[in-house]
Amino acid sequence: MVLVYTEINKGKVKKSSLEAVNYASKIAELTGSTVTAIAINADAGQLEDIGKAGAKKILSVKNDALASLDSMLLSATIEQAVKAESAKIIIFSFDIIGKAVAPRLSARLKAGLVAGAVDYPTVNGTNLEVKKNVFSGKATAVYSINSDVKIISLLPNSFPVKLGDNSATVIDFAIDLTGVISKIVIKEKKSNDVGGMIPLPEAELVVSAGRGMKGPENWGMIEELAKELKATTACSRPVADMHWRPHHEHVGQTGVAIRPNLYIAIGISGAIQHLAGVNGSKTIVVINSDKEAPFFKSADYGVVGDAFTIVPKLIEAVKKFKANHN
Amino acid sequence: MKILVPISNVPDTTTKIAFTNGDTEFNTAGVQFIINPYDEWYALVRALELKETGKAEKVTIIHVGLADADATIRKGFALGADDGVRVDSEGPDAYFVAEQIAKYAKDNGYDLIMTGKETINYNGSSVGGMVAGFMDLPFISLAVKFDLEGNKATVEQDVDGGAQVVECELPLVVSCAKGMAEQRIPNMKGIMSARTKPLTVVAATGSDKLTNVKSYTLSAGRTTVKMIDENNMDELVNLLHTEAKVI
Repeated sequence: MVLVYTEINKGKVKKSSLEAVNYASKIAELTGSTVTAIAINADAGQLEDIGKAGAKKILSVKNDALASLDSMLLSATIEQAVKAESAKIIIFSFDIIGKAVAPRLSARLKAGLVAGAVDYPTVNGTNLEVKKNVFSGKATAVYSINSDVKIISLLPNSFPVKLGDNSATVIDFAIDLTGVISKIVIKEKKSNDVGGMIPLPEAELVVSAGRGMKGPENWGMIEELAKELKATTACSRPVADMHWRPHHEHVGQTGVAIRPNLYIAIGISGAIQHLAGVNGSKTIVVINSDKEAPFFKSADYGVVGDAFTIVPKLIEAVKKFKANHN
Repeated sequence: MKILVPISNVPDTTTKIAFTNGDTEFNTAGVQFIINPYDEWYALVRALELKETGKAEKVTIIHVGLADADATIRKGFALGADDGVRVDSEGPDAYFVAEQIAKYAKDNGYDLIMTGKETINYNGSSVGGMVAGFMDLPFISLAVKFDLEGNKATVEQDVDGGAQVVECELPLVVSCAKGMAEQRIPNMKGIMSARTKPLTVVAATGSDKLTNVKSYTLSAGRTTVKMIDENNMDELVNLLHTEAKVI
């Protein structure tokens, strides 16, 4: 039995959770098993989407205390589901909550964890072998999980989401949190203002800019390009540190690590710490006035020249492309 | 109140990565090792600031590894940590490492454990959450601000789509991200005292090897970049559509 944890955010099943359900159903196929998803405070439409992603059964938990997403409470909840289903493989997304809950569950269940898998596992006897990125994307490693219960968390954007016509059996799953006391009290919530854009960790298209833009007043064209492409904006570390752009836009080793389908870097030289956060992108376009910028060595497409003349031309080209393809 | 800061001994960020022994081991030849930047800049420095403002009595570094990591532990002493513990073991995986740290913290009465958000070599973000699991303590991940008032921690942490401010009574495990503190450079006094600060070596306690690395592969670099003339953005857009298939 494969158990997968899913999460609702902003009224929808998180994209990374749907990826995890897809992934879990493939693992069930590989191990001759079936997938049960656990869903917390999900409505009928959300449960339907989890079914479409491949879950055969959904344990639907209704509990207000879990809305805090405290790892202690979530871990206790999932532990009860693991016991009820006799699950041997547990799947998370390697997202913010997955990074907090999967390790806790690993310690609780004495279950080997591979955190941030990038491919489907292979079955080797009673072990699973899973590939993950190591050395900040400079290499991959194949890990063997040797324990009886196994946990894998899947790096977001590793596979596109597939929704089919499967529908899951939904079971109301009652949990008992007696004695599990969350001591974490939420005092204040702060939302990032992303102006309707897809959040960076989930974005498939990202337009990012750096110091080459010379000042925050010049970001209009970056935002316009992003808008035309329906992309999310990002920035380099110096730009965030100088407060030209908000902290949550910072991609790189110390900021957010992303792996979109397309990453357009404008006026970013490509320091190794920046690359560590973006080198998983499928396609990288670099626009820089310095033809010696190290980023060109890690790019698929490069344009040498002044961003202030190139970006407006690129915006026009995108508009023309859209007009011809609608 | 004592703070325990687990550190990882990692290759410097700019290291050219190579493998040996049939691609089953990281090749350490000629590699400069450092304290994992997240453990140092964010967890350790913030812990030291708490001590310096009288909110903690002592900051101890713990590392699970072999004797070649002692120099890295002493770098933490130079920054200001009071003492250190090395659990003498290769530390085969995050579970093993976390189990050792949790046992030491429990046996020696640490109320606050501050880790980095991830290591730059294994990128697992696992040890903090596991330590909390072993000790049955609350865990606050991705802390960007942290303060203490008596026994109560006030923490700002990154969450999906934003941030939140939470309060929690100690004992507590927290993982630290950018924003917690500024990088420090050790001063001469720190460097001098680092040599004589106590570094205790303890044996690892039995634990199972739940995972192991079978093999490593270097990531394929990108093939040569295709340069596009700055006056031909139509071609770039066209290539993104037909060749890269991303728009």
